[in-house]
Amino acid sequence: MTPFTTLTSLAMPLIRDNVDTDAIIPSREMRSTGKTGLADGLFAPWRYLDVDARTPDPAFVLNDPDFSGAQILLGGVNFGCGSSREHAVWALSEYGIRAIIAPGFAPIFENNCVRNGLLPIALPADIVAMLSGQKVAVDLPAQQVSCGADIWRFDIGSEAKMMLTEGLDAIDLTLKHGKAIAAWQEADRTARPYIYLEKQL
Amino acid sequence: MIAIDRIFLHERTGASALKSLEEAGRAPVDPARVFAVMDHIVDTRIGRGDGTLMAGGDAFITETRASCRAAGITLFDVNDAEQGITHVISPELGIVLPGCTLIAPDSHTCTQGAFGALAWGIGSSEAEHAMATGTLRVAKPKTMRVNYNGELPAGVTAKDMILHLIAQEGAGGGKGHIVEFAGDTVRGLDMEARMTLCNMATEFAAFSGIIAPDEKTISFVEGRRYAPSPLPDWSDLHSDTGAQFDREIEIDASRLTPIVSWGTSPEHSIGIDEAIPADANASALGYMGLQAGDRIAGQHIDVAFIGSCTNSRITDLRRAAAIVKDRQVAAGVLALVVPGSTAVKKQAESEGLDRIFTDAGFEWRNSGCSLCFYAGGESFPKGSRVISSTNRNFEGRQGPKIKTHIASPEIVAASAIAGEIAAP
Repeated sequence: MTPFTTLTSLAMPLIRDNVDTDAIIPSREMRSTGKTGLADGLFAPWRYLDVDARTPDPAFVLNDPDFSGAQILLGGVNFGCGSSREHAVWALSEYGIRAIIAPGFAPIFENNCVRNGLLPIALPADIVAMLSGQKVAVDLPAQQVSCGADIWRFDIGSEAKMMLTEGLDAIDLTLKHGKAIAAWQEADRTARPYIYLEKQL
Repeated sequence: MIAIDRIFLHERTGASALKSLEEAGRAPVDPARVFAVMDHIVDTRIGRGDGTLMAGGDAFITETRASCRAAGITLFDVNDAEQGITHVISPELGIVLPGCTLIAPDSHTCTQGAFGALAWGIGSSEAEHAMATGTLRVAKPKTMRVNYNGELPAGVTAKDMILHLIAQEGAGGGKGHIVEFAGDTVRGLDMEARMTLCNMATEFAAFSGIIAPDEKTISFVEGRRYAPSPLPDWSDLHSDTGAQFDREIEIDASRLTPIVSWGTSPEHSIGIDEAIPADANASALGYMGLQAGDRIAGQHIDVAFIGSCTNSRITDLRRAAAIVKDRQVAAGVLALVVPGSTAVKKQAESEGLDRIFTDAGFEWRNSGCSLCFYAGGESFPKGSRVISSTNRNFEGRQGPKIKTHIASPEIVAASAIAGEIAAP
């Protein structure tokens, strides 16, 4: 996973409330069991006038040449709600988005972001609105977003911050505690034997 | 870090997790506690095989099957007697247990919190993590208790209870919280209704929903295939008297009414006798082809759909069948019933419910998630207005330009007969 430290980019506005993962990547755009080949389907229902023909809707922000290459996306409240599909994050990442700034995120989507090096930043709606179309700098170690002379601090969990800044794989991190986990399970087998099932043939 | 007792996968997102795990050279540490099912894109038409109506969908099915076999994971396959929607069959088989932790790469895993389990939806990466380590790293959620007290009026169901909460508090209202559903009304619900209530905790942005187990829970679990025998003592699985919650909400259930969504988020929901509010979201109204002030009852419908992990269990089908019995689906309305599991289908057929539905003009299908969402194969005619017993009325959820209104199965059944949104 690519470590995330700082980023400066134009902030592309998609400030709508309750943007769901069906809108970010419709189920019909998930064509294989892999994690790639998804960027083309990102926001397909809004991005294309005709989804099958891939006719771009010039009114949609992803088709605005001014925002070509933008790596920061601005969203509304409860961004990423709905289906747990991690494909939503894979599609955003593949398209080139590295940070999303919104008043709030749906919990599964937020976790999926952190697991894939995409930084979710929660800031109040009035600040998000001010960032629209501006050149915005993000500094994760300092937990700051800045635009011109303005600087705002954002909160992020210490573990999420560590995983993002160091680009860590959570499984590797957890497996370092393998012995402790095994010892806990050994005791749990006595305490709750019914949890442990026999292998089905 | 918390131990994960049960993992459930389905072919849509589970296949990705298994493939990624294999590619990383890892394997599930305890495959006996991992289960998988074909529910998401499996064909629900009678006579199905591995082929899906979605182009390329069969790869999800064959790859899931191969990965499960390689990893030693118990799979409930397309035409197995145990097949069905994850959150219907896990309780049916006694896989979810009070006090256990259960995760699935599916947002509606919160359904299973109805058993007093800590059950929640995750992404594919976390499913991999749980399989590879037996644990998940979780930030402790805040706590919320929603107390429903009072007797539900006739025709008001668990679906209306949860839609009322989401409409009142907003679709982000439960963010960061695990929500305990409590009170006399909740204790009075049967297990299937409790599952409906917990099912939409994710539409409330909650970490999950949970209900303290009681004698109804115990008698439901007892004797199920994967449930222990004898059952352990679960009597201490409840919030302490005087427990402090970060937030508590009181709801007078005796004042609730049947609810229908009007817009493109579950928070856009109103009583069936109400008009769309004056301050309704303009883009939602535009998508739905409605205007502020319009009454929701009486809106012409093209499709009526009964199914999904929210409302497709046997009691849902019985209540819907009682409404359509000896009546006919209105001319021009496409009506379907998709049972939540193959076992529910079989039970319904033994009670003659399938005949009641088909005699009325409903299509009777095999189990699966079906048209709750559009995977790219089967949809309703473009622009259709659908009354649906499902959980999401998002733009395009059931297909391009489809206008979805979510409601209880009773309202779906009554609307199918009336040809317009109607109370039972």
